[in-house]
Amino acid sequence: MRIRLDLSTLGQTKWHDYAVRFLFGGLITAIAGMIAKKFGPGIGGLFLAFPAIFPASATLIEKHEEEKKESLGLNGAARGRSAASIDAAGSSMGSIGLFIFAFVVWQFMPRDPAWMVLGGATVLWLGVSVAIWQIRKAL
Amino acid sequence: MSQSLIRFMIGGVMVSAFAIIGDVLKPKSFAGLFGAAPSVALATLALTVVSDGASYAANEARSMMAGAVAFFIYASLVSRIMMRYEFRAIFVTLCSVPVWLGVAGGVYYFVWVR
Repeated sequence: MRIRLDLSTLGQTKWHDYAVRFLFGGLITAIAGMIAKKFGPGIGGLFLAFPAIFPASATLIEKHEEEKKESLGLNGAARGRSAASIDAAGSSMGSIGLFIFAFVVWQFMPRDPAWMVLGGATVLWLGVSVAIWQIRKAL
Repeated sequence: MSQSLIRFMIGGVMVSAFAIIGDVLKPKSFAGLFGAAPSVALATLALTVVSDGASYAANEARSMMAGAVAFFIYASLVSRIMMRYEFRAIFVTLCSVPVWLGVAGGVYYFVWVR
């Protein structure tokens, strides 16, 4: 299965969908900082992998797929649920990359330049996630 | 307060950027990878290094591993429920958040506190 860009989905997304994700992303980042200040980095760090925008994104995917089917006069509920389920399965693969990201930052941050550690960890997150996705597709 | 506002703005931008990348990618299972992007982590850790130092940020990253394990279980559970039952995505994703909290807290406690 080929990976491709589909810019038409940007037109389907309404401004308030973008606003909701900005709001949730901003809130969880601010709250993670407050939790770390109050309870220390141990508890605060947990929230760096909180599924902050996952509910908003899954709902949006479900809605878009439903609308697509309904515009053809079909019932889109099952298709919407299936699309959200597939997206969630992708996120579970991405979370393995997220674990590697955290491991690399934990190991290298104290002794290497922060920009290099965060950049390298992000590249590794993407590489590991894509590799797992490709292996899963091949099975 | 001003630091929280800066975190809010940078976090919002980072999360939105990764979400837009996920929106335009196909197939959906590949786009889903970006639902687990380290967007909140990048915003938080970059600011934490500046305000509290690299060791503090490394400690946060150590706990983040427990959060990532919880994310894996959370996303797998949501995927399975959405595939098998006729529930709405908003209901399943929000009702499953306590699973994330429980697993993240449990892993953190049993691996690093006990």
